[in-house]
Amino acid sequence: MLSARLRSQVVYRGSFAGDLLAQALLSVTEFVEVYVLLHNAPVFGGMTLVQACVVYGLSSMAFGLADMVFGQLDTVNVAIRTGQLETLLVRPVPLLLQLITADVQLRRLGRVSTGLLIYVWSLCYAQVPLDGAGLALIVSAPLAGMLIFGALFVAAGSLQFWLIDGAQAGNTITYGGRYVASMPAGALLLPVRVFFTFVVPATLVAYVPAAVLTGAELVWPFQPAMAWLGLPVAVLLWAVVGLLWRAGVRRYTGAGG
Amino acid sequence: MAIIETSALTRDYRRRRGTLRALDALDLSVRAGEAIGYLGANGSGKSTTIKLLTGILTPTAGTVRTCGLDPVPARRRLARRIGVVFGQRSVLWWDLPLWDSFAILAAMHRLPEGVWRPRVAMLVEELALGEFLAQPVRELSLGQRMRGEIAAALVHAPELLVLDEPTIGLDVLSKNALREFLQRERNERGTTLFLTTHDLGDVQRLCERMVIIDHGRAAFDGTAADLARVTGAERVLVADLAEPVDSLDLPPGARLDAVEAAGHRVRLSFRPGEVSAAALFASVAGQARVDDLTLTEPAIEDLVARIYTRSAE
Repeated sequence: MLSARLRSQVVYRGSFAGDLLAQALLSVTEFVEVYVLLHNAPVFGGMTLVQACVVYGLSSMAFGLADMVFGQLDTVNVAIRTGQLETLLVRPVPLLLQLITADVQLRRLGRVSTGLLIYVWSLCYAQVPLDGAGLALIVSAPLAGMLIFGALFVAAGSLQFWLIDGAQAGNTITYGGRYVASMPAGALLLPVRVFFTFVVPATLVAYVPAAVLTGAELVWPFQPAMAWLGLPVAVLLWAVVGLLWRAGVRRYTGAGG
Repeated sequence: MAIIETSALTRDYRRRRGTLRALDALDLSVRAGEAIGYLGANGSGKSTTIKLLTGILTPTAGTVRTCGLDPVPARRRLARRIGVVFGQRSVLWWDLPLWDSFAILAAMHRLPEGVWRPRVAMLVEELALGEFLAQPVRELSLGQRMRGEIAAALVHAPELLVLDEPTIGLDVLSKNALREFLQRERNERGTTLFLTTHDLGDVQRLCERMVIIDHGRAAFDGTAADLARVTGAERVLVADLAEPVDSLDLPPGARLDAVEAAGHRVRLSFRPGEVSAAALFASVAGQARVDDLTLTEPAIEDLVARIYTRSAE
């Protein structure tokens, strides 16, 4: 099933290569934004350039992975409007699984690879100690981040069962979360920081693990132990979002689109 | 055994002002193996019924059982036992060769290779899909694609095939080929057909039973002959006579409409419930030598139109 989807993208080779390149360029541009900020203010939100690069690389990679797998959930509203959702509902496979596998966006590998590059390079440059705990965090942080962003995508998709044109509202959660996650949390206003930690846990994706890895000083209310919160928070978030999604599908079968 | 059973099935849609009752206390029972034509104008409740039967919509009131299951809670289990063809929407994978769609669906239904490969091979042969199996779906003509859609709905050999306007936009030849195929599928496998359509040709060819729905209620449920009887439509008997006649003595319920061809041809109309074609023929044959006969049934379009005017009154 999955392999079929992947093949159908490579069918259009030219446009596939173009997409891949565009995605990579896009994340480079975003990175330049962070770079320019730091170049003018050597310390940004309590972090040096290299430390901020770890935050950026980590969040970019996590988001890219999540976007690759769950990104097409922002088209739930299109599936509802065109009635395509009905054809999915009469198949013996969970709806969410069908929507996810309907379109795995390989082109988003562009973003993932840029993120990975920046992540690895900046970790080396920052001379992060490669002890057991460090390595575990280096590997688990992008995965936890991917799960957190994935849950946000599902949450955004669920909202579209209620909102007629919910794609934009959904994007504030996902892309907004990515934007926040890509910068040092010290640069955020306190209310924003609190919201994107305890409501939408975007700061836990990259800022806290990166700060702990590179030894940057954490701003309030973060504690070093919170670097390990990514996975448990992702699990918790998925449980909540799973309920939301089910409520959304029930709402659809109740209202009939 | 009933494969579809509804009781006082009702469905409302919330609108900005008040509610719209799309389906109003529908009682319907379809036996396994039946072929039922579900007719109705746009907005009469046809699609709503399909959505309720397949678990896409929750009923507002009343009950529905499809294949013995409650469709909404058992939606995925039900999906293994029914096939649905949406005339206006594709279930096929647009950018992939047609054959891949069948393989993907077989995987979704978790069919073993030994089951789905022969089944798909049979569908490919019966629906003549061989020529374009390797073409991406987006390159197929409407007729080719629709045959593909029907094959896709039948890969898992469902007990019930629900067809929502399957012949919409097809040319006459493609329509006929499809109808013949569906007839064979039903005869050979006992598949129940539930067909919604505007096209009365579909119903006449495929279904012995028809349900006409109007404003969410069943305005008629029976055979084509029943439809003629309840609407009081008349059949027409045209007899060519060896010797000319001026008039005939006719049994009650029959009427002489016209004498043509210098008295050599008479045109008689009669009500099916009141006098039989055989009795009328015997009566004519007793009065003149009959060379030839034609019997014309009322056009089904007219009958359906009569049902609509009647339920509007």
